[in-house]
Amino acid sequence: MSIGDRPLSPHLGIHRWHLTMAMSILHRMTGVFLGLGAVLLVVWLVSVASGPAAFAVVTALLGSVIGQLVLFGCAFSFFYHLGNGVRHLFWDIGLGFDLPRTAVSGLLVIVFSLVTTLGFWLWAYAGRGV
Amino acid sequence: MSLKSPLGKVLGSGSAREGAGHWWAQRLTALAMVPLTLWFAFSLAGLHGLGNFGDVHAWIVEPLTGILLILLLLSLLYHSSLGLQVVVEDYVRGWLSVATLIALRFIHIVLAVAGIYSVVRISVGVYT
Repeated sequence: MSIGDRPLSPHLGIHRWHLTMAMSILHRMTGVFLGLGAVLLVVWLVSVASGPAAFAVVTALLGSVIGQLVLFGCAFSFFYHLGNGVRHLFWDIGLGFDLPRTAVSGLLVIVFSLVTTLGFWLWAYAGRGV
Repeated sequence: MSLKSPLGKVLGSGSAREGAGHWWAQRLTALAMVPLTLWFAFSLAGLHGLGNFGDVHAWIVEPLTGILLILLLLSLLYHSSLGLQVVVEDYVRGWLSVATLIALRFIHIVLAVAGIYSVVRISVGVYT
């Protein structure tokens, strides 16, 4: 028995795209992106521990256009991964695991993540007047 | 009837006795992070001087902030380590897979130590 040529799961290239599948892979992608966010969180904490000079450098990097884009990506990834993660936890206890309900909960998660991301971003800026 | 795969029988692999451990830890850390991440996100947004060293420092110095930050770092990095491990196991093969898995595990431990050390150091007020 050879295991050398077996295809890897999941087989992304051979299926017609539909909502649950797109949301599943987006859950992974946002998860990987949040790994980058975790690195930024630690870098930020280390900069605070290192003192005002290091903090100023990290703050300037995060405040740059690219830094803000990455942070916005983190915000969307966070709210999406949070919403869809809670959806997964409900599935884990056996709730809402049929097709009509996964469609409804999927749409709810999409609306939730868009509304909370935009709301959060506007609110975070509103208090600062940047 | 045995559920062992033919390959497993040939290799003589027994049960690792932790089949559900990975899955369960992923769910527990997810559950813990629902309140922890929401607290963190809304605290950050509510911090008026997010670019101001003194304001950020004063916020982390508070005992409750330090405790919650360390809990967040532990669950976040454990969750991230477990999640990225599964992604690599699904898409990367051969020696590159093993090398990536080892590197990822090391990186997560380094990040956890660096993050927790920083919070503790800020909390006890040692900075130059």
